[in-house]
Amino acid sequence: MSENQKVIEIEVLRYHPEKDKEPHKQVFEVPFTDDMSVLQGVQYIKDYLDGSLSFRWSCRMAICGSCGMMINGEPSLSCQTFLRDYYPARVRVEALSHFPIERDLVINMEGFIEKLESIQPYIIPKEPRTLAQGEYLQTPEQLNAYEQFSSCINCLLCYAACPQFGLNSSFIGPAATALLHRYNVDSRDGGKAERMELINSEEGVFNCTAVGYCSEVCPKHVDPANAVNQNKTNAAADYFLRFLAPKGGAK
Amino acid sequence: MNKRRPYVRSMDGWWKKNPFFVEYMIHEATALFVAAYAGILLFGLLRLSQGEAAWNEWLMALKNPWYIGFHLLALVAISYHTYTWFKIMPRTMPPVIVGGQRLSAWAITGSGLAVAAAASAALLGLVWGMAR
Repeated sequence: MSENQKVIEIEVLRYHPEKDKEPHKQVFEVPFTDDMSVLQGVQYIKDYLDGSLSFRWSCRMAICGSCGMMINGEPSLSCQTFLRDYYPARVRVEALSHFPIERDLVINMEGFIEKLESIQPYIIPKEPRTLAQGEYLQTPEQLNAYEQFSSCINCLLCYAACPQFGLNSSFIGPAATALLHRYNVDSRDGGKAERMELINSEEGVFNCTAVGYCSEVCPKHVDPANAVNQNKTNAAADYFLRFLAPKGGAK
Repeated sequence: MNKRRPYVRSMDGWWKKNPFFVEYMIHEATALFVAAYAGILLFGLLRLSQGEAAWNEWLMALKNPWYIGFHLLALVAISYHTYTWFKIMPRTMPPVIVGGQRLSAWAITGSGLAVAAAASAALLGLVWGMAR
């Protein structure tokens, strides 16, 4: 370590279910360079200071969505958040809010996976097609309608930003709704009626009170708050239109 | 034995933990001023229906310094509510396509605020003209 090596304090919320009753803070002194991300900081801790520190990561370039953490209380991808922006102050790192902590910075995301399955995140064809009918064609306008919502990387920062999800974990939440909307507004898809049952349900969009923080923290500019709120209108339309044309109910 | 014991953190005081949530709660709280002011106007309407004497009594009551103070406070609160309401508006509506381009969030918020300001000025002008 050279004389002018900068050292930053990283405070990590630790939790080991085998021995801890509840999470506790632990501070590490981490030498860093200006190009080091917070993820590299916790990797340094694991490699040189405490090998028992657990966290998820993979791509290191804001594509995989694995390394979300609360950094100084804000949901962030630790790979694109830099230690230099916090120095000389201490940087606080904690597992994503509103999710159960499995261990250290690792959250339990089973609930989200179930929600993701429930929205049927794939194109449900309007009618069976044969290969001979060829590929689907879409205009740029039809692509624009859903493209933004298809950028979601399931990093769950939006859930950590959503107090309504924190208060009621059965709320289907921002990312799952954004993905649901992505398929509902795709010109190739015919599954809207099925998915609207979920939108209209107790777990659906009316849990949202338009806090809007989910869209602020989204690293992919998906704007999940927009998907949720557009579907409040759709749900209201469904509710009133069923008197004219009855079709199914809410789940 | 399963060693898993997922820990659920408390949500107590959640809105104090992030400046964004504090702003959200202030926005929500200022809605109470909108409701309170609607109550005052409705009460005025009730007094009007009870005749001239009752109406004049209500007008006199409004000149109480406490009431004027409340009006100033309500003006600040309702202005803040208006500002934050239009700030979130782009997130709550379907995309507006103008000339093949999606209207920017700034344009939506800006036009909302401009319409609110113009409507308030028109109403003020109307009432002012009627009061003279």
